[in-house]
Amino acid sequence: MSTATLEKTWSLGDEAPVKVFGPISRTDIVRYQGASGDFHPLHHDEPFAKKVGFPSIFSVGMLQAGLLSTFATDWLGVENIRKFNVRFEEVVWPGDELTCTGKVTAVENGVIKVELTMTRQTGGVALSGSAESLTA
Amino acid sequence: MSYQMPIDRSKIREFARAVQSRHPAHKSDDPVMPPTMLTSARLLWEPAAEAAIPKLGFDFKRILHGEEEYVFHGPLPRAGQTLTVTTEVVDTYEKPGKRGGVMRFGVVINEFRDESGKLVAEQRSVIVETARPPKEQA
Repeated sequence: MSTATLEKTWSLGDEAPVKVFGPISRTDIVRYQGASGDFHPLHHDEPFAKKVGFPSIFSVGMLQAGLLSTFATDWLGVENIRKFNVRFEEVVWPGDELTCTGKVTAVENGVIKVELTMTRQTGGVALSGSAESLTA
Repeated sequence: MSYQMPIDRSKIREFARAVQSRHPAHKSDDPVMPPTMLTSARLLWEPAAEAAIPKLGFDFKRILHGEEEYVFHGPLPRAGQTLTVTTEVVDTYEKPGKRGGVMRFGVVINEFRDESGKLVAEQRSVIVETARPPKEQA
């Protein structure tokens, strides 16, 4: 199936449609652990997490990275993505709502550069990142 | 040393669902992987003897993920491909901890090559050992 696509032009300062993920549930976290193969107990074993000093289990950083990547590829296109990076800032807890924003920082030589941010409902930044995508 | 990461359609579908992507490119008969699925090479396929992160010698009770970066030299890898993965610690450094002590950093690069030997993707991970156990920081 092919559909006609509208020629999209990209300009410096263009912003992505804001997207909110969550509230993040324990099921979301466990589903990511199973899919990724990361079975660290801090992300699903409540007694273990408490024993080592945390108030509860917390999310896997790579789940947030994956959600931000979903946000980025929905905006920029899956086939065109060439670079994606994230810096892990604040921990994400069950119940958190994660707001993704993105902005074009450069368009040059057929490459779009964007900055990406995932913010918790507290205003704290969970992830900061960037991506590069081909314009066509 | 190297190891292989076969990319299969079921795992792509499972991973795409876990990262809440509904994009048809991950659900078609011939799907591509979500970008961050490369990290699962280490988690699902890396032989223990080749694992780079334990070579850092960090205390696993104080280990954190600092940064993760992916570079793709073409379209995302596709179901049916088998990628050959090499992994290497490329840098280690230290910084003073916010509450004293020393934070240690390790940079690990994984390279992914297709069946013809062409470099198709790179993944760079920054692993951090915090200055003190979380319990003492609370």
